[in-house]
Amino acid sequence: MKQLMIGNGAVARGAWEAGVRVVSSYPGTPSTEITEFLATYPETDVYAEWAPNEKVACEVAIGASIGGARAMACCKHVGLNVMADPLFTASYTGVNGGLLICVADDPGMHSSQNEQDSRHYAEAAKLLMLEPSDSSECLSFTKEAFRLSETYDTPVLLRLTTRVAHSQSLVEPSEREEKDLGPYDKNAEKYVMVPAFARKRHIEVEKRMENLRAFAETTALNRIDRSEKRISGKRIGVITAGITDLYAREALGDSVSYCKLGMVYPLPTQLLKDFAASCDLVYVLEELDPFLENHCRAIGLNVIGKEAFTLLGEYTPAEIARVILGKEPVKEEDLLTIAPVPGRPPVLCPGCPHRGTFYVLKKLGLVVSGDIGCYSLGASAPLSSIDSVICMGASVSAALGMAKARGPEFTKKLVSVIGDSTFMHSGVTGLIDIVYNKGINTVIILDNSITGMTGHQDNPLTGKTIRGEATKQVDLVALCRAVGIESVTVADPFDVKSFEAAVKDAVASDEPAVVIAQRPCALLKSVRYTGRAVCTDACRKCGLCMKLGCPAISRKEDGHVVVDPTQCNGCGLCVGVCPFHALEKQD
Amino acid sequence: MQTTKQIMIVGVGGQGTLLASRILGNVLVRAGYDVKLSEVHGMSQRGGSVVTYVKYGPVVYSPIVGPGEADLILGFEQLEAYRALPYLKKGGTVIAGTQKIDPMPVITGAARYPEGLLEEIREKANLIALDALSLARQAGTEKAVNVVLIGVLAAQTEIPKEQWIAALKETVPPRFLEMNLSAFDLGYGYRNV
Repeated sequence: MKQLMIGNGAVARGAWEAGVRVVSSYPGTPSTEITEFLATYPETDVYAEWAPNEKVACEVAIGASIGGARAMACCKHVGLNVMADPLFTASYTGVNGGLLICVADDPGMHSSQNEQDSRHYAEAAKLLMLEPSDSSECLSFTKEAFRLSETYDTPVLLRLTTRVAHSQSLVEPSEREEKDLGPYDKNAEKYVMVPAFARKRHIEVEKRMENLRAFAETTALNRIDRSEKRISGKRIGVITAGITDLYAREALGDSVSYCKLGMVYPLPTQLLKDFAASCDLVYVLEELDPFLENHCRAIGLNVIGKEAFTLLGEYTPAEIARVILGKEPVKEEDLLTIAPVPGRPPVLCPGCPHRGTFYVLKKLGLVVSGDIGCYSLGASAPLSSIDSVICMGASVSAALGMAKARGPEFTKKLVSVIGDSTFMHSGVTGLIDIVYNKGINTVIILDNSITGMTGHQDNPLTGKTIRGEATKQVDLVALCRAVGIESVTVADPFDVKSFEAAVKDAVASDEPAVVIAQRPCALLKSVRYTGRAVCTDACRKCGLCMKLGCPAISRKEDGHVVVDPTQCNGCGLCVGVCPFHALEKQD
Repeated sequence: MQTTKQIMIVGVGGQGTLLASRILGNVLVRAGYDVKLSEVHGMSQRGGSVVTYVKYGPVVYSPIVGPGEADLILGFEQLEAYRALPYLKKGGTVIAGTQKIDPMPVITGAARYPEGLLEEIREKANLIALDALSLARQAGTEKAVNVVLIGVLAAQTEIPKEQWIAALKETVPPRFLEMNLSAFDLGYGYRNV
């Protein structure tokens, strides 16, 4: 029976049906749910894990493939950058069991720091890449990817975008095909990538690409739907892939011919030439970079692409209709208009432990080198305490760079803030750099006992596996000490006074220091705050509590503070901050 | 010809809009429609505006809803219902919970929470406004706001009530079922005044 399934769920289903045995990933929106769904299948079918970072995840999957199992690693687009090192060489070794790398791009940056187009990786690493349009294709393409991986002895990339990963549509699930573990034979010439062997493998890679280019001409993954209709006397053709195919079909119906590319690398040549020859005008519809368009131009096709469409963000059916049909989607005067209203940017949740940290950092006027996670929200008003956010781990290493550029005086007003999971991902290497190269930086590790932003995934510091089983927990204090940090302090960011003292001591010191801001995420089930804060008549309207940026706290016309009981979760941070004891906890 | 119907569910991160869309999706599949849902996870869920698109009909291509295309807006919060208004078709319906949640620019004093939003929506669209939060409390938990609103929406469709109940049974945890069924009934029986 057909079921409504989110794209990520359908990829997981497809992998399970294809007999995948080992999956290793690091969470990253919009890819996270694939691995979470796979962890819901029986352990006897699939071993699933959260790795400390994407490079490790990719290597685990490569190892499982060499070991003869169908294997998979999933990440968001920026995670593919972290995977890139092993991936480029896995392209040379090829596979034993089928190997699939699923990458989810985020056009429009719904939850990302950049808008990179991961299709370039397929070309750069010389890998086959498939791109599904809906959940049904997520399932079937995933299965096909494992088959192609083994047929062509190559890792395969499956590219999703947010709208495909996070949209739900109907799929027809089927049963799992058990895939026996392939034989393990020592084969140094294939798997030991020293120059002498790698040179030979490169020849194989180029042969494979030639075979794949031939395959691209005939595979059913690339589909042509012809229309005899004309628009203003012209036969129009559109080249689509992924979500743009659905947008085009909604906007243009059967008034144009479609060349829908399910395999986006390597691309066909003759197929596209024949398609273009049957049309008077061909548009290329692709979000982000002109990847398909550049290929079309390289093979001599005169297509319309980015001169008519944007390089920025997402496409829409309306925009496609406007450009190709010259149709104003809905006339301005037919739209219901509204007056300008205040926006609603995302904020730290009521009870968020990071609120205490940023309140103190703002108060101390420190320069804050930030990182990737919920706590990047510490950049917005009124906390406004973050100076830079680049990528996972950069808070630590970039702060060392700042320190080396500007000297000790500056460094004593500088801290890095990084989450527990992010520290394990790639913060610890920066910390080692600080110790090794005589830095005096202060690093604040925001230990909220979970990977927060992506929706609560366990990590090496939580003591639980992806399946919730107890496991060894990395000892964060011992780890920091082991790399050479002598000053490691654990402080509760809701105990504002002692937390402030700990940060002051750490930055003033001539030695590198770590402050672990320890308090669990307020959304964890184990966290049970009780009661609500209320503001009594003792309120002097000083507004200090407003600096917390708590969504539950606002002011009346006269400046008196009120706490919204539906928002407040009773964390008590504001009670400790109010100098006049006007804020009280009540049951 | 039967065309695609388009619904937008809007609210504030944490209000439970995702469960509402799950119930809606489940019931539409039961009713035999082609269905597409689109939602965005991650950062926007942290107390920001959240939007889910739901489309159903004989064949649905794009999962997203554009300006002037929605037949119905299900708003969990006044300001969010108002913000979504340009996406509504002329003559469309807005079901709005009257709850107000101050966004951060209002909390910091950089902006004011606008007045008269519901009145303006009523001038421009068919509005069903209700204090869903109180009805949810009546059912036993504030958290059932989403199910109260789904109940109101259900009464606006031709899909039989039994199918909604069946969808609820499949989507909410058994121990909360009774509370949610009563929340659904309160919404289903709500009459605009």
